[in-house]
Amino acid sequence: MQLLKLSDTVNFMRLRIPAMVLSTVLILGSFVSLGVNSLNWGLDFTGGTLIEVGYEDAANLEAIRVQLNESNFEDAIVQNFGSSQDVLIRIAPRDGVKAVTIGEQVLAALRADGTSVDMRRIEFVGPNVGEELTEQGGLAMLVALLCILVYVAMRFEWRFALGSVSALMHDVILTLGLFSVLQIEFDLTVLAAVLAVIGYSLNDTIVVSDRIRENFRKIRKGEPVEIINISLTQTLNRTIITSLTTVLVLVALFYKGGALIHGFATALLFGVVVGTYSSVYIASSVALALGISKEDLMPPQVEKEGADLDPMP
Amino acid sequence: MLNKNSIWKVLSALIVVAVCALYALPNIYGEDHAVQILAGRDAVVTENTVEQVNAVLAEKNIPVKRVEFENEQILVRVSDSDTQLIARESLEQALGDEYFVAMNLAPDTPEWLEGLGGAPMKLGLDLRGGVHFLMEVDMTEVIAKSLEDAESGFRTSLREEGIRYRGVKQVDDHVDITFRDEDALDKAEFFLRNQSRDLTFNQIDDLTLRAVFAESKLQEIRDNAVKQNITIIRNRVNQLGVAEPLVQKQGADRIVVQLPGIQDTARAKEILNATATLEFRMVDQKNDIRDALNGRVPPGSQVIEDQQGIPQLLEKRIMLTGSHIIDANSGVDEYGLPNVNISLDSEGGNKMSRSTRGNIGKPMATVFIEYKSTGERNKEGKLVFEKHEQVISVATIRAQLGSKFQITGLDSPKEARDLALLLRAGALIAPIQIVEERTVGPSLGKENIELGMQAIMYGLAAVLVFMLIYYKAFGVVANIALVTNLVMIVGIMSMIPGATLTLPGMAGIVLTVGMAVDANVLIFERIREELRDGRSPQQAIHQGYDSAFSTILDANITTFIAGLILFAVGTGPIKGFSITLMIGIATSMFTAILVTRVIVNAVWGGRRVEKLAI
Repeated sequence: MQLLKLSDTVNFMRLRIPAMVLSTVLILGSFVSLGVNSLNWGLDFTGGTLIEVGYEDAANLEAIRVQLNESNFEDAIVQNFGSSQDVLIRIAPRDGVKAVTIGEQVLAALRADGTSVDMRRIEFVGPNVGEELTEQGGLAMLVALLCILVYVAMRFEWRFALGSVSALMHDVILTLGLFSVLQIEFDLTVLAAVLAVIGYSLNDTIVVSDRIRENFRKIRKGEPVEIINISLTQTLNRTIITSLTTVLVLVALFYKGGALIHGFATALLFGVVVGTYSSVYIASSVALALGISKEDLMPPQVEKEGADLDPMP
Repeated sequence: MLNKNSIWKVLSALIVVAVCALYALPNIYGEDHAVQILAGRDAVVTENTVEQVNAVLAEKNIPVKRVEFENEQILVRVSDSDTQLIARESLEQALGDEYFVAMNLAPDTPEWLEGLGGAPMKLGLDLRGGVHFLMEVDMTEVIAKSLEDAESGFRTSLREEGIRYRGVKQVDDHVDITFRDEDALDKAEFFLRNQSRDLTFNQIDDLTLRAVFAESKLQEIRDNAVKQNITIIRNRVNQLGVAEPLVQKQGADRIVVQLPGIQDTARAKEILNATATLEFRMVDQKNDIRDALNGRVPPGSQVIEDQQGIPQLLEKRIMLTGSHIIDANSGVDEYGLPNVNISLDSEGGNKMSRSTRGNIGKPMATVFIEYKSTGERNKEGKLVFEKHEQVISVATIRAQLGSKFQITGLDSPKEARDLALLLRAGALIAPIQIVEERTVGPSLGKENIELGMQAIMYGLAAVLVFMLIYYKAFGVVANIALVTNLVMIVGIMSMIPGATLTLPGMAGIVLTVGMAVDANVLIFERIREELRDGRSPQQAIHQGYDSAFSTILDANITTFIAGLILFAVGTGPIKGFSITLMIGIATSMFTAILVTRVIVNAVWGGRRVEKLAI
């Protein structure tokens, strides 16, 4: 069985200008949304208290709001979480009240009228911890991108390195943009997912770059655009199949993994699609725009023949 | 002939897979409900204790699966949670305060496997329920306290040296010493510089010398504060009777505490958060308390109220602090009044005997110090702590005190018990505050595991079916590799002592299942290309594996770098995720390149093949 039977080379690069325009628009759109809506930062980043409780029957959110109002939690956000029996309550950080006991106070308020309420989780995060985390998360992403840049530049060529890092940044920005537009809560697990998107997209980009390098060395004649088209065509089947299997399991995770992992699955699902697109269009287009040529990719002159071949597995 | 397996390749692949599978095995045996018995400070768990435990269990007719005695602790395995509760209560009653009795889940790993070091994966709190605290040590307070010590040190040494000074005062992060003339200042500066290397001295005006801690000393003070608090928190956690607690340093001034299975967070917090210490000081008899109350407090003294609100004039100099206390028990004295019996470490005993020797017949006060949060925050957003000091007893020193003595003058037996508990657990030398708290209910933990497992199963099934249809015989090979990969991840996660499976970690495994086929897809697509180019099946296999190798290597190494950075920078869920990601990358490379090659060579290699089912 074969997904796509391609007898001719697909002229991917013909669409590179429209693709660049599309990506630029999407990136700008993401920035605008991030600027206007910002991200719906989760508790991990903002600090505050989050309480998830389970009721035996469908919970009456209005009644819960009244109960909390009476106990001086006017600012509480009450919403269903996962099912109609499960309720999520969020309370912003506040001064003057012992923050660590808010969870117990809320639970007591809900139980005051004798309803049986099952505590599922309580999370309290101080405001400082959240701030540090934002810094740390951003730093982690920057360091990761830098190290990748250096590695790819060493193994391949600086134009490829810039190309793949642009593709990664493209994917990260669009994923953040999506979360900003849809206002999906951005918590620690989503951050982990965004970092996984980096890993996935990188994987894809390297595979494509590797083939481009190989073809530059193998095919003596031909313009860079042609060689890139040939390489993309050759790797297209692999690119689609791997994306497909990954999407398959992510769909399973999205539907079966539970409410806590929803954001994680959403980020990755989107990231895999965008990552696949970016490894085809962004990485190679950037390398091309930077003027990649055959000379850049010829193996360095070695004295002994075969010395630069990779060893057998 | 191409594609023949060398015996070494087959053997090494087999051994690695077998070892991983062996260590993955404990995960399918499940867990027993268990009661764990640990020794307290004064007690030791011995064979006698085991007999005692057996006797209690027999007497109460509690059905037991097994009683194990190992590593100075006893583990009683029972069949269900009801029995576990009864067993815990009876044992707690029978054994008394000397022992900590905790409920636990013990892996039901067969003994031969346990003997090989086999144990199931450790589950994070999000998968089994429990409390996670992140605490911060208040360093400003620690440093201020050390400066106070330095302040009284200056007084003593300058007096002994005969250098006249006008005043010594501790403000914020420095101590200012003022002199009457520059000559005295010069002399003092020369003397003090030689005497203490931990401080740096700067002349800020003609008559004032300012002392601040040197950077190395500050570092030492901070490190010691965190270290000491960790020891103390560990003691306190033991009082809660928690099985497998975790108390660990995180960053420069934070401590992580994880208490699996704990639901009563209020009680846990009360015990962890209690910041109390004792100080022993002499009552100032040279000065008049009335003068002090009128605002003329002598510089070396301080007014502190007692429990009845009566002010006492005490010397500022601390004879001894609570950090030297190694044990404290409540009891009653010969008049039937509540008291606390205190034992000190040898250094504390020496200090105590030195400072009481010359003071027989004079009154000594015991000051109880507690740091309470005011609920307010300072400019940096940190909680403000208020120091509450109270004289809990004033007693005349009747004889030179040693390493054992009593505190009397307590209001009730309950107060004596609470004080003893706090002192026994050790006094935190610095206030700590909880900056993060996460509690996961046991039902949610169970649900998380079930949902995670389901997601893995469905995802795996979908990928297996797809690969089978798409690559036929080679799909079977890839599927064997995929399942082997999963077994290896579980095996390695179980083998690494520090690895904990968390919810994001499970998500990481699911992701690995999807991505792990990538290497095989790369190889198989190459083989197809080679076949299309008209190569023979044997050559196509050889060439396919060969040319895909460097691509796979590059692609995975870069992802691995990303994982490594996540591990280094991240905490909590990000760390959990990065561990599974890195292990997944390593195992998927191993299975996709080596394991499948061994199988492919065994099936197709070394013989004439007309057509490949790919």
